[in-house]
Amino acid sequence: MWLRYCPRSILRRRHIELTSSAPFVHQLHTSRADRSHSYYDGLYHGHIHTTPFQKALLAVGSGVAALQDPYRHDMVAVLGETTGHLALVNLRDRMRNDPEGYTILTERPRIRLSTLDLKNMASLPDGSFGREYLRFLEDNNVTPDSRAQVKFVDDEELAYVMLRYREVHDLLHTLLGMPTNMLGEVVVKWFEAAQTGLPMCALGAVLGPLRLNASRLQSLFTSLGPWALRNGRGARCVLNIFYERRWDQNLEDLRQELHIEPPPVTLHSPRKT
Amino acid sequence: MAASVRTFVRSLSRKNAGFSAVLRLSDCRWFSGKAEERSTHFGFETVSETEKASKVYKVFENVAQKYDVMNDAMSLGIHRLWKDALLHVMHPQPGARLLDVAGGTGKASIPAEHADKSRQNPDNIWLRLPPPPLGDIAFRFLEYVRSQQERQQRRAVLLGQTPSWQDVSDRYPDGGGAPESAVVVCDINKEMLKVGRQRADSRGVTTGLSWVVGDAEELPFNDDQFDLYTIAFGIRNVTHIDQALKEALRVLKPGGRFLCLEFSKVTNPVLERLYDVYSFQVIPVLGEVIAGDWKSYQYLVESIRKFPDQEEFKGLMEDSGFFCVQYFNLTGGVVALHSGFKL
Repeated sequence: MWLRYCPRSILRRRHIELTSSAPFVHQLHTSRADRSHSYYDGLYHGHIHTTPFQKALLAVGSGVAALQDPYRHDMVAVLGETTGHLALVNLRDRMRNDPEGYTILTERPRIRLSTLDLKNMASLPDGSFGREYLRFLEDNNVTPDSRAQVKFVDDEELAYVMLRYREVHDLLHTLLGMPTNMLGEVVVKWFEAAQTGLPMCALGAVLGPLRLNASRLQSLFTSLGPWALRNGRGARCVLNIFYERRWDQNLEDLRQELHIEPPPVTLHSPRKT
Repeated sequence: MAASVRTFVRSLSRKNAGFSAVLRLSDCRWFSGKAEERSTHFGFETVSETEKASKVYKVFENVAQKYDVMNDAMSLGIHRLWKDALLHVMHPQPGARLLDVAGGTGKASIPAEHADKSRQNPDNIWLRLPPPPLGDIAFRFLEYVRSQQERQQRRAVLLGQTPSWQDVSDRYPDGGGAPESAVVVCDINKEMLKVGRQRADSRGVTTGLSWVVGDAEELPFNDDQFDLYTIAFGIRNVTHIDQALKEALRVLKPGGRFLCLEFSKVTNPVLERLYDVYSFQVIPVLGEVIAGDWKSYQYLVESIRKFPDQEEFKGLMEDSGFFCVQYFNLTGGVVALHSGFKL
């Protein structure tokens, strides 16, 4: 009787796996990160099937967890995945309608340390996009590999869009000239909320300022905030840019192409101050 | 109806295993030492036996840190009542030696005298939940035995109002006094033991407690060592249950008691439906939100369904050589407490 409540997809899935692949082939020692075997259970690596009820529970639970502990990036990610279906469809359609975006959807580039040529990027002239991005990574002590895996999106293409959005987030910091402190993150969130319409961004945009002190709040509401919203609405869709082919492009040129104004206030990264 | 469901489940799992598994199983009968090719279940998956052990190990390695918090969240705190019931049935006396297998985090029961100390210094890694006033088997056992000891002393004082010289000299503590009760907590997973030891240290409970790494199917103890053997919510993770039962029989003294607390088949059909929905829909979500690990809790929930029910487990115990086997259903059959004696 409990079979009825176990997602039917799990039983079907296991059945397909076990008759098609050879589970009794001795498995080579898999690393802890790769615990979900060489064949995966869902539509893509890391995919977990969930019922609508589970998605709703996840959305509520992850929202609460993220509010209690904003450093739980995995919870923020889960919140984004479970609430962002409509926004993701919208983003995907915008990408399809743009030639460069369409190329990205077909080629599926990934921004990871392994795919970036750091030495080449370091040798680029100052003011070029690649050099500034590298400077951003160093100054703020971040790495492009720290993004959570997409787990709860039930469409393979939408999952890629979500992943691309996460990977582009750091590049947005560079484009907008914002560091990774709280104020910088909130400004980027406002921009993203205006651009993508993801509920998670909107939630972050609304709740993020609660943690800012008075002077930063003032800066946010008077100059940075309106600038971010204005540009978010007016700029080209940031997911439509094939960043991997534009490392040597001048940053100012890229900003003009995307219709992004330079930031009104220069914020310093945590390490520099 | 339960029987038909059971056969349906068995046929499904057989179908899942596929033809290759059936062939391998029959091969094994003729070839010994081919353990890697014998299959068993890992939740709803069918895996080879050597694989199962390492997969289970990895699951518990991942869940160790948040184990106690998750237990509270999943069972809504009721797991403490289950463990209290186990102690009540066990009714240990001072001097008893307990072996708690798969007792992992020993999940700290603070004996009453330490309870106030811990409330002043909350252990913040266990987050926003208050520290459990009474925790897991090992610590509950120590407290129970201590309270029994006090009770006996009080009784002796009441009875011995006009003692003879003989009585007075008998009551003088000699060397170590009454035989000390001891608990040995044994677990195959070092992570779980580490967490348990941290908790014991932070609560200040150190005497009478040992932590040993060991496999339930091959315990690192001599024969006839323990008065009591408990395994709470651990036996379904063992690859060969009969082997674990035989080992339990071996290390128990004659007259020793085996107690097993495990998730089992719910008897009430209404409750069963609710329980199934809760298990499959809510628990993995809780795992993801609290511990960041969906798959381990999916495994945990599936492994409960694969475990033999109350009567089958009773049969297994009797086959392994336990006498006077009985079971008690707790919370309508969600948990079953099995008890057997070595005679």
